[in-house]
Amino acid sequence: MSAAQLRADLAIISEWIEPGSSVLDLGCGDGALLACLQDNRQVSGYGLEIDSENIARCVAAGVNVIQTDLDAGLSEFDDSSFDYVVMAHTLQAVSYPERLLQEMLRVGREGIVTFPNFGHWLNRLGLAFGGRMPVSRTLPQAWYDTPNIHLCTLADFELLCEKNGIAILQRTVVDYAHRASFIAGLAPNLLGEIALYRFQRL
Amino acid sequence: MPEMIPADSVGLVTAQTMRFDDPLQLECGRVLAEYALIYETYGELNAQGSNAVLICHALSSDHHAAGYHSMDDNKPGWWDTCIGPGKPIDTRHFYVVCLNNLGGCKGSSGPATMNPETGKPYGPDFPVVTVKDWVNSQRRLAEALGIEQWAAVIGGSLGGMQVLQWSIEYPDRIRHAVVIAAAPKLSAQNIAFNEVARQAILADPEFHQGRYYEHDTQPRQGLMLARMLGHITYLSDDSMRAKFGRELREGKLNFGFDVEFQVESYLRYQGRAFVEHFDANTYLLMTKALDYFDPASQCGDSLSLAMKQVTASFLVVSFTSDWRFAPSRSLEIVKALLDNNKKVSYGEIEASQGHDAFLMPIPRYMELFSAYMARVVEEVR
Repeated sequence: MSAAQLRADLAIISEWIEPGSSVLDLGCGDGALLACLQDNRQVSGYGLEIDSENIARCVAAGVNVIQTDLDAGLSEFDDSSFDYVVMAHTLQAVSYPERLLQEMLRVGREGIVTFPNFGHWLNRLGLAFGGRMPVSRTLPQAWYDTPNIHLCTLADFELLCEKNGIAILQRTVVDYAHRASFIAGLAPNLLGEIALYRFQRL
Repeated sequence: MPEMIPADSVGLVTAQTMRFDDPLQLECGRVLAEYALIYETYGELNAQGSNAVLICHALSSDHHAAGYHSMDDNKPGWWDTCIGPGKPIDTRHFYVVCLNNLGGCKGSSGPATMNPETGKPYGPDFPVVTVKDWVNSQRRLAEALGIEQWAAVIGGSLGGMQVLQWSIEYPDRIRHAVVIAAAPKLSAQNIAFNEVARQAILADPEFHQGRYYEHDTQPRQGLMLARMLGHITYLSDDSMRAKFGRELREGKLNFGFDVEFQVESYLRYQGRAFVEHFDANTYLLMTKALDYFDPASQCGDSLSLAMKQVTASFLVVSFTSDWRFAPSRSLEIVKALLDNNKKVSYGEIEASQGHDAFLMPIPRYMELFSAYMARVVEEVR
């Protein structure tokens, strides 16, 4: 698979990853990111995934995948086993995001996460004037029927990083179609729909 | 009886026997001077000899893994769900070999075969063979068949242990390892079940210290009990509840000790049917091979260390309701592979059938198994 065929946020992430490195992909879905990295950047690694259908898809794509529940932690992995630990669109769906962030930097040298920004202006408007939990392009499910149980804004995430001694190395915001724009870059917490972060221990 | 052979069957198959007269050194210290192995093959070996797949059987199965021996057979080989054209182990692409292990009772040398030194059946004199011994004998069969390296070695339960042993013992002779519903060693509970099964056989008055052939009898009661016990461990609480519940055979209680509940009837039937085609001494040997298997013991009880030299890629599969070899046992194997940065994928299949699930065509399981084997096919081409 080439980077051009990749979902746009994954394409951005793949640019952040050094060729020849080792990657652990948490919530790897159908394994598209790892397949692309293996084919184009000589990356080795594993995907972790909970959904059975996706396990077979990963295997079909030639990606090493371990069926596991991220809420159980990363105890199968030793300290500093990977160059990167990636978690795309999954942070908001796990039970213990803080613990998992710590775990990411225990087993990996750098962490990369992406998540929908709850601080986006449309979400703010919806709550401020509609008085109800926002339903948007990036958060399409109703509050009672969503896997997204730990929503946060860019500011929230950065505060959590600070609290845990995590240094942010790179930040990008993109829109729903995963396009970066100059305007969104000016006020990311207000205008960015999806946040991408690369970070390491201080 | 198959009225006609299904299109996805390997069809009618015939077993073959290979005789070996180069002595086989066994782990127990003894030597088997000569022995025979019975096996079946499905599909064609390609010109490069690169498409061979070895199937390792579990406790009570044998070399007849797929297809039918005759049109009178009422059921196909034990793993027919997974072996055949269009099935996970696709015989249009693979040359599949399955043998009856040493110590077996289906045509390979075992306790019931003639001891050339005495002219009588070996009985208890047949050496206690181990998983390692089996793998060594399988290697000799491979050589005799012109197979230098297996595209994959595949097995469930005790079969999975042989796969593990292959990957450790002969890393350059196996490219892929598929380990299903297995464990890297038995737990105390597993050994305890085996011991009760053995005691049932040993305590049967017809056992005659294992020389029952000479008395023209067999420890039927003991072997039946052993099988009944084993069978319980192959099923799950849920699957037994779903299949039998507390259903009564005659619809009422009889206040006696004859068969009353359906589950009793089922177990007795399974036990009786088993006795007709299995040998008690073989059962003793197979359970011992299970008990002894522990590759980590050679490396300070570290499975990671034991698997350091492994080069094969792994698919490890477990089933949620399997309590004989629970998913956590498969994860021990996965962890050892991860520790060594080996190639491994692991799937935990949602299934209610317990340990026996590995023999069943569960859609998610077939999907994963097929996806993995399709990758192996790509390499073979």
